[in-house]
Parts: sequence; structure tokens; C-alpha cells
Amino acid sequence: MSAHSAVGGRFDTRAARILLAIVLVGLAVVVWRFAAGLGATTGLSNGYPFGIWIAFDVVTGTALACGGYAVAILVYVLNKGKYHPLVRPAILTSALGYTLGGIAVAVDVGRPWWIWKVPLFFWRWNLSSALLEVALCIMAYILVLWVELSPAFLETWETSADHPKLARFSKKARPIVEKALLWVIALGLVLPSMHQSSLGTVMLIGGWKLHPLWNTPVIPLLFLLGCVAMGYGVVAMESLLSSRVFRRRQETPMLGSLAGAAAITVCLWLAVRLIDVVVRGVLPTALQATSYAFWFWLEIALAVLPVVLLLSKARRRNPGILFQAALWMVVGGALFRFNTYLSAFNPGDNWSYVPSIPELLVTLAFVAAEILGYLWVVKRFPILAGEPAAGDPTRLGGSTRPAHART
Amino acid sequence: MLDLGFTPIDFKDEVLGKGVDRRSFLKICTLAATAVGLPASAGKLMAEQAAKGLKPSVIWLSYQECTGCSETLLRTSHPQLDELILDLISLDYHEALMAPSGHLAEEARMQAMDAADGKFVLVVEGAIPTADGGIYCKVGGRTALDTIKEAADRAGAIIAIGSCASWGGIPSSPPNPTGAKGAPQVLEGKTVVTIPGCPPNPYNFLGTVLQYATFGTLPALDEKGRPMYAYGRTIHEHCPRRAHFDAGEFVQQYGDEGHRLGWCLYKMGCKGPQTHAPCSVEHFNEVVDAWPIGVGHPCFGCTEEKLAFKVPMHDTVQIDRATPPDTYAPIHAEQGKASPWAAGVAGAVVGGVVGAGLMAAKKLGSDAPHDGDEPTDEEG
Amino acid sequence: MALDRRSVLKGAFAAGAAGAVGMTGAGPARASERAEAPPDAVGLLYDSTRCIGCKTCVVACQDANGLPRDTRQDPLHDAPIDLNDRAKTVIKLFRDDDDGRVAFFKAQCMHCIDPGCVNACMLGALQKREHGIVTWDPNRCIGCRYCQIACSFNVPKFQWESAAPKIIKCEMCNHRLAEGLEPACTTVCPAKAVIFGKRADLLAEAKQRIADHPGRYQDHVYGETEGGGTQCLVLAPSNVDYTELGLPDLGDQPTAHLSRTVQHTVYKGFIAPVALYGLLGFVLWKNRRQEALGDGQGEGQSEEERS
Repeated sequence: MSAHSAVGGRFDTRAARILLAIVLVGLAVVVWRFAAGLGATTGLSNGYPFGIWIAFDVVTGTALACGGYAVAILVYVLNKGKYHPLVRPAILTSALGYTLGGIAVAVDVGRPWWIWKVPLFFWRWNLSSALLEVALCIMAYILVLWVELSPAFLETWETSADHPKLARFSKKARPIVEKALLWVIALGLVLPSMHQSSLGTVMLIGGWKLHPLWNTPVIPLLFLLGCVAMGYGVVAMESLLSSRVFRRRQETPMLGSLAGAAAITVCLWLAVRLIDVVVRGVLPTALQATSYAFWFWLEIALAVLPVVLLLSKARRRNPGILFQAALWMVVGGALFRFNTYLSAFNPGDNWSYVPSIPELLVTLAFVAAEILGYLWVVKRFPILAGEPAAGDPTRLGGSTRPAHART
Repeated sequence: MLDLGFTPIDFKDEVLGKGVDRRSFLKICTLAATAVGLPASAGKLMAEQAAKGLKPSVIWLSYQECTGCSETLLRTSHPQLDELILDLISLDYHEALMAPSGHLAEEARMQAMDAADGKFVLVVEGAIPTADGGIYCKVGGRTALDTIKEAADRAGAIIAIGSCASWGGIPSSPPNPTGAKGAPQVLEGKTVVTIPGCPPNPYNFLGTVLQYATFGTLPALDEKGRPMYAYGRTIHEHCPRRAHFDAGEFVQQYGDEGHRLGWCLYKMGCKGPQTHAPCSVEHFNEVVDAWPIGVGHPCFGCTEEKLAFKVPMHDTVQIDRATPPDTYAPIHAEQGKASPWAAGVAGAVVGGVVGAGLMAAKKLGSDAPHDGDEPTDEEG
Repeated sequence: MALDRRSVLKGAFAAGAAGAVGMTGAGPARASERAEAPPDAVGLLYDSTRCIGCKTCVVACQDANGLPRDTRQDPLHDAPIDLNDRAKTVIKLFRDDDDGRVAFFKAQCMHCIDPGCVNACMLGALQKREHGIVTWDPNRCIGCRYCQIACSFNVPKFQWESAAPKIIKCEMCNHRLAEGLEPACTTVCPAKAVIFGKRADLLAEAKQRIADHPGRYQDHVYGETEGGGTQCLVLAPSNVDYTELGLPDLGDQPTAHLSRTVQHTVYKGFIAPVALYGLLGFVLWKNRRQEALGDGQGEGQSEEERS
């Protein structure tokens, strides 16, 4: 029996309606994008073929979705069972985030009708291409994530009175999934290690167009450490927000020690970043009065800040401080990725890129869709852990399964 | 040698005897050859043919015309060239130039056609009316439609000289009450060389005839039957004022500074960009700059069916085949789209997100540590 | 018990650290092999000192490749300001207003010997095909535009205005080569400023020109070694640097060198991912076994069931 429970409650809230509106606007822009072409709808150009749809929606978006990966390392590899309640929500966030990231790719590429060739036409794979590796890994990882998440759905559907066929299927499927889950989880640890690091390698091919402060062979390691820290950050933020919004028990002590793990990761990132810059002799470029130097030091600041915030144990017990620290980790990690793909990329001073408003609307729609998806699943399926709060009308003494939870 | 139905003459008497020396004659033949795009050696061959006394028979039919095309053939500055032109070909029927008239003229035509049946060059000048059975032009009691079809069936080559014969010209301008059409339109299925222009430069015509006379072949023609050597480029593509066009130096008004300096007449309605003709390199009457643009007037597109007598003189036209200007792409051209609005919105969004996060942090921090039993005022 | 969790984890971390170090330093040992130009490699030699800037090559290229005139900047003229979706070649002017130096530059695909775009392209839409010419296959391209990031010369251009966009770049008129003709640009050049031929011959010719005309040219041929060597070579006047013509200052490493080295170092033979998977599988299995045996070695275990 799982100690997770559906939150229950209405899905159709004011917040949900606002989010849905944002999603629909984004959808309309996407339709326009396919009809009129990328030139009409985005600020992309031959100098800047990658814009925020890649730099944010895909590269940062999947890193924000690395909560599942980061928590899985703690729970399954380091065997720290106390973090187990965080696993399902993290996997849900990951599954949604990666799926939306995949959709973002399909919206961004110019000839999406051949996308199916990428995983299937293996004899044409260019194994030297970092982007191919990223694409294949992400495609596989999306499947893995939904399989990892499936027990939550299967549990609920098993007892569904309204859909007997679904119930029978779920009853049969669940034990199979649970038996294989170990190997699926292991895959879910290997795949992100591969593609999250390679997302950094992708930009190395820019050569002279990538600024020396980011043009480093250790960028895969930096991207990997960054995504782990961002994963912890997102998990913490999402847990704190969910507790408050859904009136569930706060998990501050667990989050406090999670924050400690996150802080260590950020420190490792800082160390690698600074040592690399010094060893390669590019530190002087960080001391010039350029925008590149600004972005570099901003990354450093956004990494130092959360570490400082989390130094004292007392601070780590304060949910406000935890949330703030997590926010800086996430923003800092996102900035590093954004910088690698956009700020540090200069094809020539005669080129400029600013995302167009339709581009921004689509990005917002992806974020809204993620939140909307999270709300919908969390309310209907046993994702969040622990019992509902004491004053919650759905609490039924002792049971963790709200009576009204249905498919 | 090909038997093209030539009428033998005594070259020595008829040509050289008129005081034209061999050297000048050779020059003229070379000029004619090169005008056609044939090698200079072809001129020698032409002169030899002429020396042998062989001239192609030409039947010249005139319909709805002003005779300008015949006039253009005769307009030279060299006093003896008209005779030489007439001596390189045997003009067996030409209503304006021949001696006989009336029934005698018609008999002369039938005789000439019989003598050189299947070999003579049929030249058509003027448009052919087709409305009401073609009654609007009758010569000797027969309609133009009738006589041209009869002659075309027996000709070795058909040349339509002038815009009227090529596509209808002035008579065909709207509302075209007589149903005037050009020779190719009434002679469907036949190869008709068209030499449009109002009038065309005589060498456009002469080159074609001389090539046919010397080699028995017609020059390469475009889809409208125009010889490529003369009509392969637009005026715009080989205009002496092109540099001014590329540099953006245009005449704005007749008589202004630019007009005096010989600037480009595009803005005055020059149809050069859409007009295929060699006027800019072959001036008229062999006088330098004796052509419209040369005297400061925009080209009006007299060779083109879609322009002449249809598009107002001073209306500008599109450039059919744009080619690069005098200006150049820089080594690093400013490109990419940067909208300040979008930048502002993007910045606002990022700021908003971080701000909201900090506010949430504050709220979370101000909450006393709880097990979730405190009601909140937020909706999920 | 031979293996316990601690030693397994220690081993895992050690392996990870070694991998990280390997990524930074071990590069040269397993560096990408230097590619050679194919023996029948063809290319262009552009001599900036002979070019008169007539731009006939621009027009001829558009005609030969079925591209429309670019009248978007200037409705009266075909005036692309850079390579784009309507111009596979373009003439650019370098002008120094201070000292009056002027030189032309003909931009087009350099047909690199070891192209960045070819390394980047996921399904090999861009590949070096006959004679080493880099061509684009529409049946393999998903329009990801990674090639645009990868090209050191910013050559591949995208049809931003199309709903079914293609990548537009010089393909050495290989459709004309198939008919025994030369590329359109070299055919029409009135000054023979750009000529076509075997790369080896063109390189020799270029060097000969430098030797025969001391003081006329920059002292080396651009493309001999830059970026691993290119099949299109450039000669510049002695008083204008190649960078002033817009050509990047590249060493002799191919564009994709670093990226490829990193990828190959980490993924050589796919050993690392498989090993990692095996290791993780083992660790997870051990952990689950320990729970099942009620080992209690995990920290802070709750009574909740593990998945």
C-alpha cells in the first residue's frame, strides 16, 4: 500500500483557468508558426538559429525537470530512504517537463515531419553528433519517466469501478512494472547523466563563436552538476509550495537535509567552474568590462548566494530560506544554461537576437502547461506523500486514500 | 550552293560599277554579318555570294502599315547604302518601291512567287485585320488575310518586320475595331521571324535576311520568334545610362539638372527594363545617339506587345530581371531582428518570476512551522 | 560478504571522477584523427586581387540554382547583403575609409575537408559526397539548424519565410558537374577571379601566384590548413588581412575538434554508459535486497514500501 494520496478537490479553479488561457494562447501561436513559418513568428535568424525555445524550453526546461533524476540518486543509489516521499512528485515534474521539452523541440525544428526518422533510422545515425545523442536519450528518457510514474496511475485505475477493462489491465500491468522498475530506474539514472551533460557538449561545436568563458571541455560536467542542483531546487520549491497550497504536512526537516545535498552540489559546480577558468587562462576575460564578464559573475553570485543562505542549520529549518535558496539555485542554473546557448554565443557583432513576443507567449504556455499538468495529476492520482492535513475535509481517520478519489 | 531562287545580276556593273569599291562593300557585308552575331568571315562569304550575282528573292507584302519599316530600311547617312541594300537582295514585290502598279503589280507578284516557289523570303509589313472577314484591308480586291496565307504557304522563310506585323502594333491598340493581328497570330503553325520595333533598326532585319541568303538558316529565335542576337536583352541590360540607374541618379523632370547631365530616365517612365531591343547599341540612321534615350526621352517599349500603345508613356514599370547594383554588401552586414518591445517584455517576465519567487519565500518564511493544520487563503 | 554498499559507492565515485578528469585532459590521446581531402577533391580558388566586383557570379548562381532574385532590401535591384535563402554566393566589399584600401570578397560554402556542419548533422543530411563536395539531402533534414551553429563560416542559411524550409548553401553546382560543366560562378567570371579545379591543382596554382608576384598577395593561401583545410581557397591582397575580408582566424584544428573529442572520450565504444548501467543496476539490486532482508542499513527508512 502506498503512503501517497491524491490531493482531491476541484481542478477547475481560478488559477487553473488562467493557466489554461495562457496555454491556449500559446497553442494559437504554435498553429500560426506552422502556417506562416518560423521567420514570421520568432526573432530567430541565420545568426541566431537557436533562441529561447531551445535555450529555455528545451535546455533549461529539461534541467528543471531533473528533480526525478536528482532525487533518484539520493533515494536509490545512496539509499537515503527518508527522501522517498519526494520521489513521485519529482518524477511527475520530470515526466511532464521532459514531455513538454520534447514537444518544444517539435515546435522549434523547421522540418518536423522527419522527426520520426531520428530514433528509427539507426543506420543513418551520425554518432559524432552531440545533438543526436541528446535527442535519442531524451526520447528514451521520456518513455522511462512515464513507466516510472505508472504505478501511481495503475494503483488508482486498479480499483476503478467505472472502467472495468482499465482496472483489469492495471491489475495485470502493475506487478510487471514493479518487477522491472529497478532496471527502469537504473536506466533513468544513466540516460539523464548522458544527455544532460551532452547538452553542454552541444554548444562546443560553435568554436570561435562560443566565448572562452563557456567554451570548455568540462562543460558536460558543469551541465551535469547544474542539472542536479536545479533538480533539488525544483523539488524543494515544489514541495514547499504544494504543502502550503494543498494544506498538507510540511516536510521541512527532510527538505533541510536535501538542501544540504544541493548545497554540496552547487559548491562542486563552483569549484569546477572557477578552477577550469583559471587553469585555461581565461580569467582575464572575466575581468574585462564586457557583458560576458557580467553574465559570468552573475552565475557565480547566483551560485554563492544559496550556499551562503544554507550554511547555518537554523536557516535550513526555515521554509522561507529554503525556498529562497532553492530559487537561486534554479535561477542560477538556468542562467548558466541560457548563457551557454545565447549570451556566450556570438556569430559576429553584426547579428542580434531578441525573442519575439509570440516566442515568449509560447514559452509561457509551456510553463503554464507544466503547472497545469502537475495540478491535474496531483489532484487525481496518489503522487504527493503523507496524509492530508488535519483540517482537510478529505481526511478519513487513518486511511490515506480519499474516498472520493476516482479515475 | 543552295538554290534559293536567286535572280542573277552582274555584280561588277550593278554594284562595283556604281562607284563602290570592293573594300567598302566588304565592310558593309562584315557589318551586316557581325550585327547578326555571325563571325566576320561570314561577311566575306556574303560578299562572295553577292559577287557571284546571287541574290535572294524577297516578296514584301504591306497591310495595315505606315510604311515606316520600309523607310527605316532606306534611311542611312551613306548615300549609296540604300541601293546596296537593294542590291544584296532582289526585291521582287514592294508596293511603295516597285515601278508597276495595279494589275501589272499583282502579275509581277505572281510571277515572282512562281519563279522562286518555296524559296522566296516573304516579308510582312503592317498588321492584318481579321474582323468581319478581314475586309478592312484589301489589295487588288483580295483581303490581306487571304493574300498572306497564300504567300506564306509558298514562302521559304517568313519575316514580319515592325511591331504591327509582329503582334498588331498601333492598329491593334484598344478597342481594335478592325481586329488587327500580327502575322504569327494569323499564320498559326508556321515559323515566323518577328522583327518588332516602331520602326526597328534596319540591321535587325538585314542580318536575318543575309544569314538566310548566305547559309539558308534562320538565327536563333526566342519564344516570340524574335532573333536573339537583337532581342535577347532588354534595353535596361545594355543601356549607356545604366550606371546612373545603379547609382540612383534619376531625371525627375524634363529639362532639370539630371536631364542635362544625361541621367537615367527610369522615373520618367522608361520602359527599358521590360523592352527587348538593341536600340541602345545600334542607333538609328547610323547617327550616334539617334534613339529615344539617346536624345533624352524615355523608351516607350515599341517592340513589346504589352507596353507599346497600351501603358502610358510616363508610367514606370517593374524591373523584370533585377541585377545587382553599384553598391555592395558589407563584410559584416547588420542582421537579425531585435524588437525593443519584446526585450522589455522578456525582461519583465523574468523579473516577475523572480519577484514572485521571493514573495513566496517571504510568505513561507513568515509562516510558523506547521503540520498543515492552519487554513490558508490561497486556492490550489 | 565481499562487497558492501560503501565500497561499491566508493568505486562508483572514483570512476566518475576519473571520467571527469579524462574529459578535461585526455583529449589529445584519443583526439579525432586528422581528415584528409579526398583524392578527387574539387574546389574553387578565389583571387581577390583579380575580382572586379561585377557580381555576375551572384546572378549566374541564382539562375543555375533556381533561386529568385533577392529584391527584399531594394525593390529595383537584386541586392543580397549576405548569403541567405536566395543567395548561395555573394560579393562583399571591404573598404577602409581611413586609408582607402578596397578589396572584394566572394563568400560561399568553403567545402571544408572536415566540416563542422557534417559533424553536427544528426542524420547526415549534410555530408561530403562526390569529390568532397558538401551537399544537403532534404530527406534527412529535420530543420534543427544545428549546422548553422556549427559552421565556422556562417554558411548554411535557412528559409525562414517558408512553411517547408530548406537549408540553402553552395553545393558547387554538382548538378552542372554531372553534365561535365563547371560551376556557374566560375563559368561566367569575366576576370577569371574565381576558378574551378582539383583542390591539389588550385593549391599549387595559388602558391605559384604568390611566388610569381611578390608583394601582391598575403603570404599564405587561406584554406590550406584553416579549420583543418577547406576545398575552397582564397588569395587576398597583401595589404588586406583575411580577417578584414570576414574570414575567421582559425587554427588548423577542424571546427568540431573539441566537441568530437569530448564525445569520443566519454562514449568510446559506448563502454561508459553500459558500465554505468551495470553498476547502477547492481547497486539498486543490492539496496533492494538489503531492505527485503530488513538490513536497516539505509538511513531514515520509513515503513513505507519501496517501489
